[in-house]
Amino acid sequence: MSSIELDRVSKRFGPVEVISELSLRIESGEFVAFLGASGCGKTTLLRMIAGLETINSGEIRIGGERVDELPPGARGVAMVFQHYALYPHMTIYDNMAFGLKNIGVERAMIDERVRQAAKILEIEPLLARKPGQLSGGQRQRVAIGRALVKDPKAFLFDEPLSNLDAALRIRTRVELARLHQQTRATTIFVTHDQVEAMTLAGRIVVMNARKIEQIGTPMEIYGRPASEFVARFVGSPPMNFLPVTVAGQNGHALLTLPSGAELMTHIGLESLPANEALRLGIRAEAIRLDSDGPLPGKVEVVERLGDRTHVHVRLADDSTLIAEDAGHSRAAPGDAVHLRIDAGQAHLFDAQGRGYRANEEAHR
Amino acid sequence: MTAAAARSTPLSRAATRGARIGPDWRNGLFVVPFLLVYLGMLIYPLFWGMWISLQEYDMFDQSATYAGLVNFKRLFGDAIFLGTVRNTFVFVLMTVPAFVIIGLGLALALNREGRTGATLRAVFFGASVLSVTIVTIIWKIMYLPDIGLLSHILGLFGIAPIPFLTSQSLALPAVAVTTVWWIIGLPMMLFLAALQQIPGELYEAAALDNAGRWRSLRSITLPSITRTFVVVVIYEIVAQFQLFGQALLLTRGGPNNTSRPIVLFIYETGFRDWNLGYAAAASEILFLLMAIAAMAQYIASRRREA
Repeated sequence: MSSIELDRVSKRFGPVEVISELSLRIESGEFVAFLGASGCGKTTLLRMIAGLETINSGEIRIGGERVDELPPGARGVAMVFQHYALYPHMTIYDNMAFGLKNIGVERAMIDERVRQAAKILEIEPLLARKPGQLSGGQRQRVAIGRALVKDPKAFLFDEPLSNLDAALRIRTRVELARLHQQTRATTIFVTHDQVEAMTLAGRIVVMNARKIEQIGTPMEIYGRPASEFVARFVGSPPMNFLPVTVAGQNGHALLTLPSGAELMTHIGLESLPANEALRLGIRAEAIRLDSDGPLPGKVEVVERLGDRTHVHVRLADDSTLIAEDAGHSRAAPGDAVHLRIDAGQAHLFDAQGRGYRANEEAHR
Repeated sequence: MTAAAARSTPLSRAATRGARIGPDWRNGLFVVPFLLVYLGMLIYPLFWGMWISLQEYDMFDQSATYAGLVNFKRLFGDAIFLGTVRNTFVFVLMTVPAFVIIGLGLALALNREGRTGATLRAVFFGASVLSVTIVTIIWKIMYLPDIGLLSHILGLFGIAPIPFLTSQSLALPAVAVTTVWWIIGLPMMLFLAALQQIPGELYEAAALDNAGRWRSLRSITLPSITRTFVVVVIYEIVAQFQLFGQALLLTRGGPNNTSRPIVLFIYETGFRDWNLGYAAAASEILFLLMAIAAMAQYIASRRREA
């Protein structure tokens, strides 16, 4: 297995610069997800690593070796395509053996590797069939198997779960996690689904508008979003936002909400920009229904998820907050309620969307 | 009990009234117009032709007498007819592989985005819209000894002018070249349509699998277009067996019958010599040959696919 390094890589389609001076290092054996909305450049980035797109400047190194000038086959990576791209006229066996045959691997060796991969993925009974005779989930496994037999330096997945139904997607997700634990293969996984990224990846690269917004572990991305985009994109329901005015108290930010309620945070005042409109970002689980809470409002919608309930509350100043309540919440639309915000979990975002958060020590 | 059952019958019949899905003779009414035209314009003439082929049918004095298989016996002893059968086969063998190979080659070369590809596709298809008269005039000028373009080009290499259309060995190949030039656009378009159906992801997967151009062509492109391949071959076999206009206008079947195809023989026998029975018998043989050739190709391709 090998590390992957992108060094000030740029890509233009005609006059449009789609990737600009992007640098990234993925360690050997790491599972990294590229997360972003469609059109953010994540698939282009993956295809540049695979060699399916050229780059206009910069360097790509896999295992320390420069590969951006090499054709796709010579880079030693294997890719699983969104629509699987299985060869329709070949049997499943031949689909998996094709890449090995092309580089002149011995027949016995090919047979051994194909059967081993088929065993891991439980597709042994399918080897003699053609892709057209397989279900979507089975094709997905074959596509993964085709990558597996090549014993590549890195696996590249391009939204591989997006064509599966919900139940199968969750099962395949777990299998991919298990497979990565077994193989410890360097893996890049492109997805627009934050749940896939959070559950599978060791590190997430959040992309927006062809730039990297944040790189971090799932909990860093969730707990300390570097920007408003990341805060909105990751987490369900999305983070709540309210305009606030900031005053200082003992060096910490004291927020005044539009309703007049005050919130004492642990965010250091000196880190905040002066004379700039700031917005409070707060996740639903940091807002509780509390009859003694300082924020009065009216319940508009109640979403029951079984283990918890999301309560949409309209405040006196007409802004809406989503609060989390227990699964057996008694809240009903139209109820007058009071909310309490856990100030320790507050985020602040400036006009550029940059995020501010209390230091871990200050929090404790 | 019986009375109740009897009373329920009209009720249940009423319940089934309205749109019903399933076989019903009235559904057949929808295909009747087509069926009438098909029977009247295709099936009836087909059998009528077979009937005529069994008669001594003289269009000149409008007499017809039943003659059994006499026309067929005569045909198998007719050196000119047998020559036309040979010529037609040779012509099919010259043109059909050319249509497949050149058509596919052009399609592969022009299967690209951009203006150059689009322009060249239009150019190669353009000749197909010309009438046979125009095409044969163009090529007659090309083939003319002394002042023709080909003779001129040969002259540049110091080669003496060749009388293509009046040479016994070159007349039929000259007709074949003209034919390929004329309608190469159709097989090219059919192959292009098939090539554009192949998902690009397959070639990307192949590139990651270290497959070179040749390997991708053999393992992905060709298997993906086998159906079109069969369509082109069968269509061209059927079409080229019916060679007529180009041979009539370029060589009139000459010299010494070496470029005379079956259809020209049928035309001359039927419409010049007014011997309709004999012409119909030749037509039946042509029909049989085409059917056998197309079926053979179809069966061969099915076997290969299986």
